[in-house]
Amino acid sequence: MITLAHFLGLGAVLFCISVAGIFINRKNVIVLLMAIELMLLAVNMNFVAFSHFLGDVHGQVFVFFILTVAAAESAIGLAILVVLFRNRSTINVAELDSLKG
Amino acid sequence: MTTELALFYAFAAVTVGAALGVITVKNTVHAALLLVLTFFSCACLWLLLRAEFLAIVLVLVYVGAVMVLFLFVVMMLDIKTDSLREGFARYLPVAAVVAGIMLAQMLALIGWNAMLQVPAPESDGATLAGVGNTEWLGRALFTDYILPFEVAAVILTVAIVAAIALTLRRRPGVRHQDPSRQVLVRKEDRLRVVKVATEGKEAGK
Amino acid sequence: MLSKNILLAIALAPLVGAAIAGLFGRQVGRAGAHWATILGVAVSCVLSVYVLKQLAFDGVPAFNQNIYTFFEIGGYSAHVGFLVDRLTATMMVVVTFVSLLVHIYTIGYMADDPGYQRFFSYISLFTFSMLMLVMSNNFLQLFFGWEAVGLVSYLLIGFWYKRPTAIFANLKAFLVNRVGDFGFLLGIAGVLYWLGTLDYATAFANADQLQGKTIELFPGVPWDAATFVCICLFIGAMGKSAQVPLHVWLPDSMEGPTPISALIHAATMVTAGIFMVSRMSPLFELSATALAFVLFIGATTALFMGFLGIIQNDIKRVVAYSTLSQLGYMTVALGVSAYSVAVFHLMTHAFFKALLFLGAGSVIIAMHHEQDMRRMGGLRKYMPITFATAWIGTLALVGTPFFSGFYSKDAIIEAVKEAAHHGGWVQQYAMWAVLLGVFVTAFYSFRLLYLAFHGKERFVVESHHDGDHHGDAHDDHDDAHGHHEPGHLAHPPHETPWVVTLPLVLLAIPSVVLGWFAIQPMLFGDWFAGAIVVDPARDVIARLGAEFHGPTAFALHGFQTPAFWLAFAGFAAATVLYLLRPDLPSRFAAALRPLVTMLEKKYWFDEAYQAVFARGSLLLGRGLWKGGDVAVIDDGLVNGSAAVVARLAGVLRWLQSGYLYHYAFAMILGLIALLGAFLWSR
Repeated sequence: MITLAHFLGLGAVLFCISVAGIFINRKNVIVLLMAIELMLLAVNMNFVAFSHFLGDVHGQVFVFFILTVAAAESAIGLAILVVLFRNRSTINVAELDSLKG
Repeated sequence: MTTELALFYAFAAVTVGAALGVITVKNTVHAALLLVLTFFSCACLWLLLRAEFLAIVLVLVYVGAVMVLFLFVVMMLDIKTDSLREGFARYLPVAAVVAGIMLAQMLALIGWNAMLQVPAPESDGATLAGVGNTEWLGRALFTDYILPFEVAAVILTVAIVAAIALTLRRRPGVRHQDPSRQVLVRKEDRLRVVKVATEGKEAGK
Repeated sequence: MLSKNILLAIALAPLVGAAIAGLFGRQVGRAGAHWATILGVAVSCVLSVYVLKQLAFDGVPAFNQNIYTFFEIGGYSAHVGFLVDRLTATMMVVVTFVSLLVHIYTIGYMADDPGYQRFFSYISLFTFSMLMLVMSNNFLQLFFGWEAVGLVSYLLIGFWYKRPTAIFANLKAFLVNRVGDFGFLLGIAGVLYWLGTLDYATAFANADQLQGKTIELFPGVPWDAATFVCICLFIGAMGKSAQVPLHVWLPDSMEGPTPISALIHAATMVTAGIFMVSRMSPLFELSATALAFVLFIGATTALFMGFLGIIQNDIKRVVAYSTLSQLGYMTVALGVSAYSVAVFHLMTHAFFKALLFLGAGSVIIAMHHEQDMRRMGGLRKYMPITFATAWIGTLALVGTPFFSGFYSKDAIIEAVKEAAHHGGWVQQYAMWAVLLGVFVTAFYSFRLLYLAFHGKERFVVESHHDGDHHGDAHDDHDDAHGHHEPGHLAHPPHETPWVVTLPLVLLAIPSVVLGWFAIQPMLFGDWFAGAIVVDPARDVIARLGAEFHGPTAFALHGFQTPAFWLAFAGFAAATVLYLLRPDLPSRFAAALRPLVTMLEKKYWFDEAYQAVFARGSLLLGRGLWKGGDVAVIDDGLVNGSAAVVARLAGVLRWLQSGYLYHYAFAMILGLIALLGAFLWSR
């Protein structure tokens, strides 16, 4: 029998994977962005699961907005990345330190 | 073990495996493709939860637009992956420990045993309302959430404009159209009437 | 009804003069400066006399009105206002009259000083301040006047600011007066606290409210509120009127120019304390303890400061100690509730002491700023007017019957005697002190006369020297005389110009006759009715009044009192020692060496203050500097806080790495901690 705990557990696993991803891919901005997308996915998973098991539409409405904002975020994030690469020829986070005193 | 549970485990395994792949593979293109796989399997899991509209949106928007964008960027930029991978092995144990602790805590919080006893409802909200999932969501969006919905639209528009504004650049020496100049063009700019002496008379003679 | 405009004119005319002389001294020149200020003070003086005449003879009621509201805070409002009754009017006439004469005198005394305009500005400013003090109708304005006269006194003692001794003296005067002013301010605060007002009339009307209230300065020792307020106010008077132990500044204040010594440090400012206590009589009458304290201090000052006058050689210092002693007499009168006698003596003393000071100044001019009496002598034949007026002043000072000083001084002695009849040991002590003081006063006064005007000439006139020292500037007169032996004069002394002798003569007249005219109305009439309140149980003056049969009879009776014979004994002793057998004093001095040393050291007051207060504050200051400022504030607070900020900033800078994963890591750690806490608490 499939239960709420299955989905919440899966969400937790996805979230932890993305946290680990942020840690180990600390240099690569693109993978960092992907890890953040994963994180959002984990959250969305929880929302959808709750929405289903509680019979409440608000969880899915929330997911809808999160998807919207995440799309906007990744579009702008990637645009910034492109400009950054154009100027600095790198996406290595460690080298992006021109603001550092 | 019901069919649903079997499907859940299958898709969950794909999701977790693909997600692990996203953060570990060397090639960024592969990572992006694995992320697509993750999204796909997630969408399937959402179908299990009878969230058909969101599952389709996830595929259309994420896989169809965002991930394509990712791939474009990854392929457009000439990224040297070697330098980006350094420290990978060094931080792996730390990441594993942190993630493990957090996972353990989260699962403890969820209450593994207790949650297993919460059964799925016989019928979800959409069924109770007597409509399909999409209509159910649409009613909520276009009534209670009309204002946030429009704000979301504005945000998307702003994101488009911002992304274009950020990346747009004029390269010298590249030919391109300028519609405003095309519209503003006048006859004098293009047309020159030249008086030319005719030769017909002599020819006619 | 007194005119508000006239009173304003009295107060402001000297201020205008001071402003003209002080701010535009360069433009108006020397003559302009002295004309402006003299005119201002003359206007003041004439109007004051007119006001006195209205109050005394036309039966005009006293004036008590607020002129201007200074500020209002909550329910309290501070006003500038005038309370002019006969007490005030008497003070106003004394102040403006002496001030006017001193202004005129200054023309001669400061003739060759570069700070001429500045000097005139200061003394006019002083006149204004003193008038504000006496005309005030509230404590705040009194305090303003009090501080303003203190300021001008400070400025004038240090008038020759290039002399280190003058600077030391004015600093000393300022600091000692601060001690007194602190008490004074506490007293005013007490009045405001218990009576809720600073207005004289209201405060005195409600003075009874002080009774039964107590304050615990030390836990478990309740003080009567009236005693506390009165003693605090009197401490202010002690500072200003130079009573023991706050007297130390007055002898040193003689570093200032002589006209100042006459005006400020003899006739007017130092009597502000006496005036103030008289004005506060409704408060002082509430506390027998405070009156006993006043009496004790006054008696001590009267006797022991007189002793110091005996061994001084500086002509001005003799007069200064005499002033201290006479202020002690006035304070004694206050202490036995004979306020009217105190004011009476204040008035007569103002005239004859100003006369003596100006006479001393005249001698100093003649001697080319030589002040040591051991280098004078025999000046009688050179300067007859000064000589005659000095004799008149001395006779008035020692209390020769029919002179004005006699009436006031004898009234004090009689009042103390009357009080001692019924009083305790303090009154007995005061009686013996003032009686003995009469002898001492006579002795040092005649000593001064003999040393300065009689006997052999103890200076050498260098007739071959033709230097013109009249044109020498004051502040470099040390240099100008540097090539002289002490006691050598370029040319013989001669009588001073008319601007100097005229004030002497004008002061000599009241010194002689004023007492005879004034004693009847001031002491036994209703001159001070309404201004001075005396508890009937303590009213020694009323008891004296029963035996008073006119001024002539009073003077004739004076010949039979011990006071007269003591004064005569003093005169005789001085005559023998300094006129007939000038070799005796040094032998006496040798025989009484320890006593003379004690007097020369002025009872070691200065040394004690130096050792305790000056060194103590130096030590305290150094301790605070090293321990408090350098260690705690500089190293601890300022540099310490900077170091802490720097260290914290270092930590924060290390935290703010700019790496996303650092922030993420911090967030994750926080999340883990939160989850852990949540789980653990469940």
